[in-house]
Amino acid sequence: MSANVLEKDELRLGVIPLVDAAPLIVARDRGFFAKQGLEVEVSVEASWASVRDKVATGLLDGAQMLAPMPLAATLGIDGIGVPMVTAMTLNLNGNSIAVSESLYRELQLREREPLSAGRALKGLLLRDRIIGRRQRAFAHVFPFSTHHYVLRYWLAACGIDPDRDVRLEVIPPPLMVQHLSDGRIDGFCVGAPWGAAAEAAGVGYRVVNTFQIWNNAPEKVLGVTRAWAAAHPRTHRALIAALIDACRWLDMPGNRAEGAQILIDSGAVDAPPATIRTALEVPSAGDSFFGTGLVFHRHAANFPWLSHAMWFVEQMRRWGQIDTAIDAADIAAQVYRPQVCREAAAMVGVPCPQTDHKSEGMHAGIWALRLPSGLLTMGPDAFFDGAVYGTDGVPAEVS
Amino acid sequence: MRVMLVDDDQHRVVLLRQALIDGGNAVVAQLTTSDDLLTAVAHHQPDVVLIDVDAPTRDTLESLGQIARDRPRPIVLFAKHGDAETARRAMRAGISAYVVDGMPESRLKSVIDVAIARFDEHQALRRELEETKMRLADRRDVDRAKGMLMQRRKITESEAYEQLRKMAMDRNLRIGDAARSLLAAAELL
Repeated sequence: MSANVLEKDELRLGVIPLVDAAPLIVARDRGFFAKQGLEVEVSVEASWASVRDKVATGLLDGAQMLAPMPLAATLGIDGIGVPMVTAMTLNLNGNSIAVSESLYRELQLREREPLSAGRALKGLLLRDRIIGRRQRAFAHVFPFSTHHYVLRYWLAACGIDPDRDVRLEVIPPPLMVQHLSDGRIDGFCVGAPWGAAAEAAGVGYRVVNTFQIWNNAPEKVLGVTRAWAAAHPRTHRALIAALIDACRWLDMPGNRAEGAQILIDSGAVDAPPATIRTALEVPSAGDSFFGTGLVFHRHAANFPWLSHAMWFVEQMRRWGQIDTAIDAADIAAQVYRPQVCREAAAMVGVPCPQTDHKSEGMHAGIWALRLPSGLLTMGPDAFFDGAVYGTDGVPAEVS
Repeated sequence: MRVMLVDDDQHRVVLLRQALIDGGNAVVAQLTTSDDLLTAVAHHQPDVVLIDVDAPTRDTLESLGQIARDRPRPIVLFAKHGDAETARRAMRAGISAYVVDGMPESRLKSVIDVAIARFDEHQALRRELEETKMRLADRRDVDRAKGMLMQRRKITESEAYEQLRKMAMDRNLRIGDAARSLLAAAELL
């Protein structure tokens, strides 16, 4: 086989009905996969469990995954234990925490901001206990998800014990709005467009944009099994190159409306079209609630930072999903593949960071990374409680 | 073994249920994919949950045993017990299994093998039914296309069939699809 020939050129990739499935749909429908010699069938899956199983057993070559999923798979805590890797982050941000209409009225928030919302909730939970009200339930989407860890992070930082003071449960995103309206849950943390869909249906309100909890948190990644990556190195690079190309296109403000239309026309997300359009709109500067919104490419968004992986492993440890003895740096390096990302990015002329880590929480505003080719503008990465995670994944400063 | 079934396909559930009972198992609950799975698991205490691989509520079932607290019992996927080939066969058949940790492997395997066999059988039946339906539709459309060709080109039935077959071959189509595209084109003219 010559150095340029792809090991495999027909691929099946899985996605979940969410706005951040857009990079894969756009790469298919605007020819970014074809440009790299790939013919891709996109399969819309009903659950993250199904995505994991089908990738693990080879029914899918790869898939849009929640960023912590390949880590959980490699750690063997996801039930299947087929090691997975990722060489690319598909997007940052995009999630929100919404509460039912009645909880919203009880909270009496003056502004939609994590600290005041968390304090109001804590006060309400104390009152609940005194009057003997049933425990409030909050839903997220999967045990190994940014949603789960950011929701716990927010609750804990506001003095609420996520294991004792509330009940956490998992509900698939397309069913969230129904559960909220049935009163089976009091709130949820979910990706776009489902928070807006709750508002559109008049059953809930978004009170926190997860950007406000952790600025530019990594959200979805492109995951494949470790064995697949080893057997298809050129195909893997071509796939990542095509997706970086699609993400660059999708992130240009002038293309967002067309991107939304492509997603709507694909039929992959069965939500009101207006909520899909809004989720992909670039929010106006100075809108503190919607902050930066979905980021698909700028600020080196596609780069799989080992420091992101280590933050997730640290959360798994914090909440008892893994043994405390596990070496976060070792797991991060096994699963996140920044070098593959650099090689793929070079194929489409995109500059990448030269380091594999950054400190998480240090930057409250725009900053710059020095590259041989010039400066790379980076986005903020602050936590709302001021915590800073050093390169070893544990807080460098106690907040 | 106490089995809970979660599937929206009533015909398939009936097949599987009977096979499991014949094998000496108890089907303790039978649910649709939109039912409240957590409450059902807590109430029925199954040893195995067999669920449609494409049920959205699988993610809800996954959260069991993740954060150990007041959950009924830990649940793990069978793949940890079984081999990779069984997992692949199950996935292709469209079934996923969740089992209580510590169940004897030999008994588990027999339940899962029965489930895979029934799901496969059901899939084959459904495919056969679809193919029969397709063949019937093809025959009807081929007859209509032949009739149209005979009338317009003043040719015999066998000549019309020959022309239709050639058209299908040239365009790499099945004869039924060729007939349908010819009929659609004729409708436009």
